[in-house]
Parts: sequence; C-alpha cells; structure tokens
Amino acid sequence: MSEDIQAGLAEILEEVAGVAPADATPEKSFTEDLDVDSLSMVEIATAVEDKFGVAIPDDELGNIKTVGDAISFIQKNQ
Amino acid sequence: MTDVVVTGLGATTPLGGDVASTWDALLAGRSGVSRITDDWASEFPAKLVARLAQEPAEQIDRVRARRLDRSQQVAVIAAEQAWRESGAADAGVAPERVAVVFGTGIGGALTLLGQDDVLEAKGPKRVSPFTIPMLMPNGPAAAVGLAVGARGGVHAPVSACASGAEAIRWGLDLLRFDRADVVLVGGAEACVHPLPMAGFAAMRAMSTRNDEPERASRPFDKARDGFVLGEGAAALVLERADSARARGAQVHARLAGAGATADGYDLVAPHPEGEGAGRAISAALRDAGLSATEVGHVNAHATSTPVGDTAEAAAIRDSVGEHVLVTATKSQTGHLLGAAGALESVFTILALRDQVVPATANLDDPDDDAAVQALDIVRREPRKASFTAAVNDSFGFGGHNIALVFTSA
Repeated sequence: MSEDIQAGLAEILEEVAGVAPADATPEKSFTEDLDVDSLSMVEIATAVEDKFGVAIPDDELGNIKTVGDAISFIQKNQ
Repeated sequence: MTDVVVTGLGATTPLGGDVASTWDALLAGRSGVSRITDDWASEFPAKLVARLAQEPAEQIDRVRARRLDRSQQVAVIAAEQAWRESGAADAGVAPERVAVVFGTGIGGALTLLGQDDVLEAKGPKRVSPFTIPMLMPNGPAAAVGLAVGARGGVHAPVSACASGAEAIRWGLDLLRFDRADVVLVGGAEACVHPLPMAGFAAMRAMSTRNDEPERASRPFDKARDGFVLGEGAAALVLERADSARARGAQVHARLAGAGATADGYDLVAPHPEGEGAGRAISAALRDAGLSATEVGHVNAHATSTPVGDTAEAAAIRDSVGEHVLVTATKSQTGHLLGAAGALESVFTILALRDQVVPATANLDDPDDDAAVQALDIVRREPRKASFTAAVNDSFGFGGHNIALVFTSA
C-alpha cells in the first residue's frame, strides 16, 4: 500500500519538479534533498488530490517535510 | 563619451532557432508567416501568424520550461545564446556588475488567459501557484537575470512595440553611468492566442491577406493591409569597449547612440509626418556624434500598416535623407512586438558586419506617397553596400519612439 503511494508520489515529483523516481524515497526532505520550493509544493498538493483523492489543507502542507510525511498523510486520510 | 560595444547576440525567431539560421533565412528571402489552422481561427478576419521556427521545448529543459511563460522561455533561450557567445561568464565578470534589461510588449498573456480558463472551469483552488510570476511583464527580464546570475539590477521597460529597442537604450545608459560592467539586453514576445489576435484585428491593424500568408506582410507596398503577429526573442550583450578589449572579447559592432521621444499626438495612431520618430532619429545621431550623411542603412520599424509606414518614410527622409538604404525585415519575420526592436538591432548589426542590406520582401509596388517614393528601399534581393553606420527605428503604441545607432566595430 505505502509502496503504491510512494510510486504515485514519485510520478508527481518527476512531473512537477523533475525529481528522478529513484530519489523519491521516504527519508528525503522536499526542500533540502529534492530542491522542491514552496510554490512547487502547492502544485504537488493539487496533484496529490487528483491522484489519491486526498486534499492537503494549507496548514497541514507546512508540516509535510519529507516524502515519508506525505506518504503517511495520504495513508491516514485515504 | 563612453564607448559601448556589442559582444554577444542571440535570437529565436520565426525564421530560425538561433541568430545564424535566422540571418541566413532572412537573406534567402524566406518567410516565417503561415496561416493558423486551429479551429478557433475559423471565424477570425485575420488568420495569419509568424510562429517560432523552433519550439522552445526543443531548446529548454521540460521542468524548467513548465514554470516559465512562453515569453520567458524565448527570452531565456535568446539571452543564454548571447551570453554564451560573449564569453562574459568565462571572463569572470562579477555577478554584482552584471545587469539585465529585457522588455516585452504584452507579457505573459498565454499564462493569464490560460489560467483564466482554469479558473472558470475548475475554480480558484486549481489556479497555478506560478500564475503571477509567469504573467508579470518583468517576467522575461527576471527569468533572464536568474538564468545568467545577474545581480547588478534587472529592469523591464514596457513600451509596446518599442520595448526591445528601449531595453537596448537603457543598457547603453547603465554602462555610460557605470552602473554595471556587462548588460544583457533584449526583448521577448509570445502572445499568439485568440484574444490578442482579436484585439489587434478589432483595431484593423492586422493583415487579412489570408490566402497568401507569405505575401501578407508587405511594408511600404501599395497593397499593404496590416501587420502579421510574430513571436520570438532577441538578445544582445553590451559592455564598455575598453573592458571588452581588455578581456579579448569579439566585438560585433559599437552601439554609438540612442534617441527616445514621444509623439504627444495620439495613444495609438502615429504622427502622420513621423514628427516624433524623426526627432528620435536625429537625437540618436546627435548622441552618436554622427551627421546624417554618414548613415548608410536604416532598418525600419515598418510593420505593413497603411498609416505607420508612410509616417516612418517621412521621418527617415527628413532626419537621415534619401541616400540611405532602407529595409523592413518584418516582411519576413512578422511583427514580434516587444521583441522587434531587439531582433532588428541584431539584423542591423549583422548588416554592418556583412556589408549587406536584406531585401524588403513583397515590396512589388511601392506606395505613391512622396516619402516612400523618395527613399531607396532595398527589394527583390539583398544589396551589397559599403557603410559604417546604421540606424534601427522602433515605435510603439503610446507614441513611443526609439532610434539606435550602430557603427562598425
């Protein structure tokens, strides 16, 4: 289950920010490791809603620092 | 007066994806104009456009491109070409001494209109977070500044179809005032979309010669009926002659002077005798310390509108004289609006370098207007000539007039 989410998230990261799918692993920080800026995070949140049917409220978006955080949030709210 | 030179050129245009292919196509007499086949154009009175010869996607990384409006993409492509060619980066110029001046006429219209469609269809939450940075008129300048790491100031003149030329004038001033050591200047435009097309058509400013796309843009010709909208960008690297020489840079030409005036006449229509345009040319010549008789070539703004071309012919005749070889390259490139002045400056510089004046395409039957008749407008084929000074004119809605004087390196 979390593998499917990780793969889906990796697709989004590749499309929006050019992150190689192999780099989209749970421990990676969006800003520190993957060079994803705050505006791209907004795009990623929209794409997550489309792909997984999970809306990420703005106040939650700030708490999602790593790929793992995003996977957990999607899992919990799916 | 500080001597300023051009050390790099770049362009992506309806004739080619770089300067060399564009110049070759221009001299070969090729046209960049085609008929729009998209469904939306079926009811449009003017269906012609000069699209880029090479799509930006072929020249710019996908992820980088998706957060740049098309006008910013072409700006970055042209600017990076000019920057690379100048060798300024390799010469170790301090980023704090590099400035950018890049103009646009319309700005990020494709983003504005595209995101408005998203808003209407899907609501505000679906509008891209990049909407504002992609539509802002300083977007091309900002994207270029980021691309080359310029930290000495990034500026965006907006004066409709004079924007690209105005950027060059600002660049000259920045160097003269020692605000920077290297200035990357130019113009960009990409607004082929139903709304701008409809707006220009409503002004009756566009050619409706829909069945003969390549013959539609015909500056100074009796049968001209309007301009053809083009897209693209052009860029130049400017620096002071002494520092360019010190680092062994190649020098394409000197930017000897510039003049700027306003018509003070009408928001859209040019002064019928080209009074403001002529004053801009005279001011540029004074600035360059040249007499009119020393000018051998004028690259005219001439867009192929009935009123504009005759007004400019009068301005050229009255301010420079009947001896100059005039050309109107929009006959092949279409009208790149805010990029036009930069692209035509590139053409003016190459004409000086190669000692050849490109032909004005489609000038089969010159207008009966006395000034058009008086001028030596090069047509049918390029003309070899010997000259050391050339002028590029640019005018914009709003009554903006810019003239630039280039001289041989």
